[in-house]
Amino acid sequence: MSEAVLDSGAVEAPGAKGLVNDWSRDKQVFGVPWGKAMMWIFLLSDTFIFSCFLVGYMSVRIATTDPWPVPSEVFALSFGGDPIPLVLIAIMTFILITSSGTMALAVNMGYRKDRKKTFWLMVATAILGASFVGMQAFEWSKLIIDEGVRPWYNPMGAAQFGSSFFMITGFHGMHVTAGVIYLLIIAFRVRNGFYEKRGGKYEIVEIAGLYWHFVDLVWVFIFAFFYLW
Amino acid sequence: MAAEGQQHPLKIYYMIWALLFVVSFFSYMVDYLHFHGALRWTLILIFMFVKAGFIVAIFMHMTWERLALKLAILGPPVAILVLIGLMSLEGGYVENSRIENYGESTFVPEAPAH
Repeated sequence: MSEAVLDSGAVEAPGAKGLVNDWSRDKQVFGVPWGKAMMWIFLLSDTFIFSCFLVGYMSVRIATTDPWPVPSEVFALSFGGDPIPLVLIAIMTFILITSSGTMALAVNMGYRKDRKKTFWLMVATAILGASFVGMQAFEWSKLIIDEGVRPWYNPMGAAQFGSSFFMITGFHGMHVTAGVIYLLIIAFRVRNGFYEKRGGKYEIVEIAGLYWHFVDLVWVFIFAFFYLW
Repeated sequence: MAAEGQQHPLKIYYMIWALLFVVSFFSYMVDYLHFHGALRWTLILIFMFVKAGFIVAIFMHMTWERLALKLAILGPPVAILVLIGLMSLEGGYVENSRIENYGESTFVPEAPAH
């Protein structure tokens, strides 16, 4: 595959030469299925959206004169003994990383055309994602009901904590939920032979995987900037 | 063409998967062991970028994508660094203005109810 002739007559090449060739082509820039290119571009836009939220959170946290609540105390849970800091968050991180692993395996199985394994791995990923959302909902209820956190006030420190937290984790949780639904739709289509009828191409599993890994990626940043910082 | 190009030995995925757990554990330890100040923030950022790098490069296949796609996707987010710089400068200024004009905060925080 090192001498693929492209539609403009240019030859596929690695490095800068390939870069110039790609951008000079007649019909399409990137030699990838259009679904993949579009998903990447969507994820790029979503990156900017989450960056706006995170930078906004940074701004209000820097600018407030009130003390900022300490996340390891706010998000600690006790199981009868001393509160363990950030334990639920650690479990949620573990779950999301596990789900990224099952998703990567699903993509691999998809390309091997093993529909059964692809289906079960995608379902496992979706179940893990749903449990993540469940835990986040529990976290929300704890903050709202037990701690009295509101978007405009919280007794533990700066008022902006509430709005930042609900906005950022809310948007992320919404993305995870949408991802769970998306994964289940694709998983059942794979199982029912929907893609066999369309030429036996399983790029769609990789495309869904890109979205799912993005959701995990955003959590990596939220975990670092909101819960640890 | 795309199908064969995206199949890599599973071993690399398992390795990166394991590494993600390890780095996450280290991230958690930064808080559990009560690191503070510059050391805390430096470690948080390093571990965050390591994890993000692994996820984008290996799980999202970016390592194996063509340079045009790599640059088109990874290039623009660099502009976010500019936004971060500008907004942190502004935030510092706003905080100083508030202290100058309204005085230090008199908020007495309550401990989280457990």
